[in-house]
Amino acid sequence: MTAPLRWRVAHLAAVRPETPSARTLVLQVPDWPGHLAGQHLDVRLTAEDGYTAQRSYSLAAPADGDRIELTVQRVIDGEVSPYLIDTFAVGNPVEVRGPVGGWFVWQPTQPDPVLLIAGGSGIVPLMAMVRARRAAGSRAPFRLIYSARTPAEVLYTAELHRPQPGDGGLDVRFVYTRQTASSRPPGRITAYDIASAGWPVDFRPRCFVCGPTGFVETVADILVGLGHDPRQVRTERFGPTGGPDG
Amino acid sequence: MGIVTPGFHGRARSPGPQLPPGQYLTRDFPVLSAGPTPRISHERWEFTITTETDQVHSWSWSDLLALPSQTTTVDIHCVTKWSKLGTRWEGVSLDTLLDGVDTAAEYALVHAYGSYTTNLPLTDLLDGKAWIAYRYNGADLAPEHGGPARLLVPHLYLWKSAKWVRGIELLARDVPGFWESLGYHNYGDPWREQRYAGD
Repeated sequence: MTAPLRWRVAHLAAVRPETPSARTLVLQVPDWPGHLAGQHLDVRLTAEDGYTAQRSYSLAAPADGDRIELTVQRVIDGEVSPYLIDTFAVGNPVEVRGPVGGWFVWQPTQPDPVLLIAGGSGIVPLMAMVRARRAAGSRAPFRLIYSARTPAEVLYTAELHRPQPGDGGLDVRFVYTRQTASSRPPGRITAYDIASAGWPVDFRPRCFVCGPTGFVETVADILVGLGHDPRQVRTERFGPTGGPDG
Repeated sequence: MGIVTPGFHGRARSPGPQLPPGQYLTRDFPVLSAGPTPRISHERWEFTITTETDQVHSWSWSDLLALPSQTTTVDIHCVTKWSKLGTRWEGVSLDTLLDGVDTAAEYALVHAYGSYTTNLPLTDLLDGKAWIAYRYNGADLAPEHGGPARLLVPHLYLWKSAKWVRGIELLARDVPGFWESLGYHNYGDPWREQRYAGD
């Protein structure tokens, strides 16, 4: 029998504001077992009367020893994300367990071309893949298409606009639904966006799509419609939930 | 009880319906799956039960609709923590489909269009606990929710209720399915919070 994934007490080591509605939490987790890019973890908050709330969050970066990073996007009227953004303070403890999820993952040993398509805060697990590629010195060709409402809502904006050492072979295309960019009129992502900024079908890229449900459904349908093998298209819905259902 | 998270109060406690541990209530119906949504026409759709002795029983779409259907209202629980109460489904009970199937198998491996699989003990499909569902809230089941038809096994986490179901393989031995091979619990009882292997 597999050893249980146990709850560990993590402490908030640092925070980084990302946008007005999102921040990155750097957690110190003793004996963190490591994780793959794309995996998530469960966070459990406990009130003084014993009431608990659990949520899943994608890991945003490779582990740095016992330090891991989550990026939390505020959910309007949410129960957990406003706490993690407004109240949770450096030094405070929180329980976590993970890593979880073995499907929506990229490993630096995979040399194949990769197409990442993010909608909104669905960028988080895909950014973990970009960072894992950089950290490992992988030369796997990466293309990222990132759809956001406006440039102000782009997470990791400086890092994505300014290539970092090790980011050679990574191309990034931004698509804005509410703002014109480089003569592209505002609008939802289209087959043209994906065909022009993605990989040709015969390169057989591994495609990772993450975002809200409607976005993921649309993009996955477009990829299959363009001729990509459905088995090469891995999806994850981001937002109030994450992981499998059926 | 775990450690207290300083300053966390949570939602107002309501005397509402009890949820399985670690779950929260949602009113919408989140869609989660591992890949693109398969589009299966009714003409192409077929459902097959294969026994451990390779006996094959199959139903076309019209065969399925010709069977007596049941309407059931159930609570559903996703391992990603949301629960939805009072969902109304229509479909054919697995008791009906398994009625003429001669088997001594103890396990079932459920197959879906698009290659998804999930496993469970055969007894969890019997005695009014599971359906092949093709209508949700009075309308045909939408593709993103598993249409034309999905398995519905509401007493287990929802990943067991395979969307786009196309068959059930009856086996003498337990064979882990897709998520069960990727770190999720083999059985998945939400009331015992069996989310991950070893829980």
